[in-house]
Amino acid sequence: MVKINPSEITPEHVYLSRRKFIAKAVGMGAVVTSSLVLGACGGVLSPRRHELVEGSKEGQEPTPKGPTAEASPDGAVFPTVSATTDELGDPLTSFEAISNYTNYYEFTTSKEGVAYLAQDFKTSPWTVEVGGLVHKPKTFDTDDLLKFPQEERIYRLRCVEAWSMVIPWLGFPLAKLLEEVEPMSKAKYVRFETLYDPDQMPGQKRAGYNWPYVEGLRMDEAMHDLTILATGLYGKALLPQNGAPVRLVVPWKYGFKSIKSIVKIDLVEEMPVSLWMASAPHEYGFYANVNPEVPHPRWSQATERRIGEIKRRETLLFNGYGEEVAPLYEDLDLTEWY
Amino acid sequence: MGKLKAGWPAWAAIVAQILTHVGALLPLAWLLWETWQGQLIIDPVKEITTRTGKTALILLILSLACSPVNTIFGFKQALRLRRPLGLYAFLYVGLHFLTFLGLDYGFDLDLIRQDILDQRYVLVGSAAGLLLLALAITSTQGWQKRLGKNWKRLHRLVYLASMVDILHFVWLTKDIREPLRYGGVVAFLLMVRVPAIKRAISKARYGLKARWKTRREA
Repeated sequence: MVKINPSEITPEHVYLSRRKFIAKAVGMGAVVTSSLVLGACGGVLSPRRHELVEGSKEGQEPTPKGPTAEASPDGAVFPTVSATTDELGDPLTSFEAISNYTNYYEFTTSKEGVAYLAQDFKTSPWTVEVGGLVHKPKTFDTDDLLKFPQEERIYRLRCVEAWSMVIPWLGFPLAKLLEEVEPMSKAKYVRFETLYDPDQMPGQKRAGYNWPYVEGLRMDEAMHDLTILATGLYGKALLPQNGAPVRLVVPWKYGFKSIKSIVKIDLVEEMPVSLWMASAPHEYGFYANVNPEVPHPRWSQATERRIGEIKRRETLLFNGYGEEVAPLYEDLDLTEWY
Repeated sequence: MGKLKAGWPAWAAIVAQILTHVGALLPLAWLLWETWQGQLIIDPVKEITTRTGKTALILLILSLACSPVNTIFGFKQALRLRRPLGLYAFLYVGLHFLTFLGLDYGFDLDLIRQDILDQRYVLVGSAAGLLLLALAITSTQGWQKRLGKNWKRLHRLVYLASMVDILHFVWLTKDIREPLRYGGVVAFLLMVRVPAIKRAISKARYGLKARWKTRREA
């Protein structure tokens, strides 16, 4: 019995899209090796990342074709993670918790109720329209998104409600996508929009919020390497309740910045007004950086509960990613710009 | 005429008593069972906090509803349910507070002081809890005799406690629609107590009853 290292297994959705890609390539007479080469892991204290790339990479021998996910095309390749902890040594949150405890007001305000209401959510066909102040506007379908080299990123997610998780995302840097559309120099911000479809998302029928959900990032935040578009987690394609088919993940900001089920990305000159800024401007600012020193007007942000633990732990500035992102905010008063 | 005065049959009072005690203890039994079964998996501390808090609020509202039930339906026996419902509400308040103090913050008073004591929902929640503590202590017949006329005055603080409780709920939640619904119920129950409104309702009820009686006799 050959032991399969979890990190050698191709994530299901990458694998499925790769098969389509191979079929096309073979049709053109090209030869494609579908072996998987492992990218280098990050240093000890930088966030865990793990590249999943096609073919060989410079300076590395291609891994011999061993047992891969192709042995189980039904996607029974679970879980596929390269590590069991984040770079701080804290264990991954269980897949069960990640997929059954989600804030997704488009479905319901009950975190435990989203998974059920979202189970039939249609994520295919799906397109993401990228435009605004760009030289080459482009509409990406999900296959296009999966052509970007997918990486595993193990990130902490800190909700503004003072709970947190450690999640092994799959995805690619947002910068890669933005580079492809060639932003104009006057583009200062990126504006994201979630699908608006009240028939599928019953929460959007309720008054009180200005749907669709909108979020925004400053250009340098959007181009930062930690900012990713996620297409999966735990080696599987995203489930609807986690923001399928594609969502933003900005690990140093409160979870609500990481907008789900994106259909539109616009590069703009003015600071976008997010849904939360519009509905409660004194409670939610544009930046929403995780900061234990700046309390939410109604609750403290000094501590949090990691899902799966009982006792609270202290919240870290920038959710523990200060080394990477603090330089972005050197000239910013974080209390004023919460 | 005697029938009109007696109103509700005796068994209704017994049923109401049983329902009160069973109904008030069921949420606790259910919570313990689910904790035991490990069904509160995702954020058990939050789940226990939310459930004990919400049960306390509902029981408090039910105890506030007793007097209006008498006013509107003439069900005098409901008045005897005020004490047990209030005491059960206080039981859940106690569990709620202990969960916050012990499970959530591990009795780490320094952490509580730094982290959360200045949060307004904690302050008003504690205030409501202290009010209910005073009412629970003085709920016995001994205290009732000792305080005489003042006992009734003191126990009117339950109106204040319920309003403060709603404020606590409004201030801690992200979506205020739910606490506002509870707030609407509390507002109604307090309104029915306004003497003029109360008299009007009683009058209407006697009028209806009398008409019903004459029609039956005719």
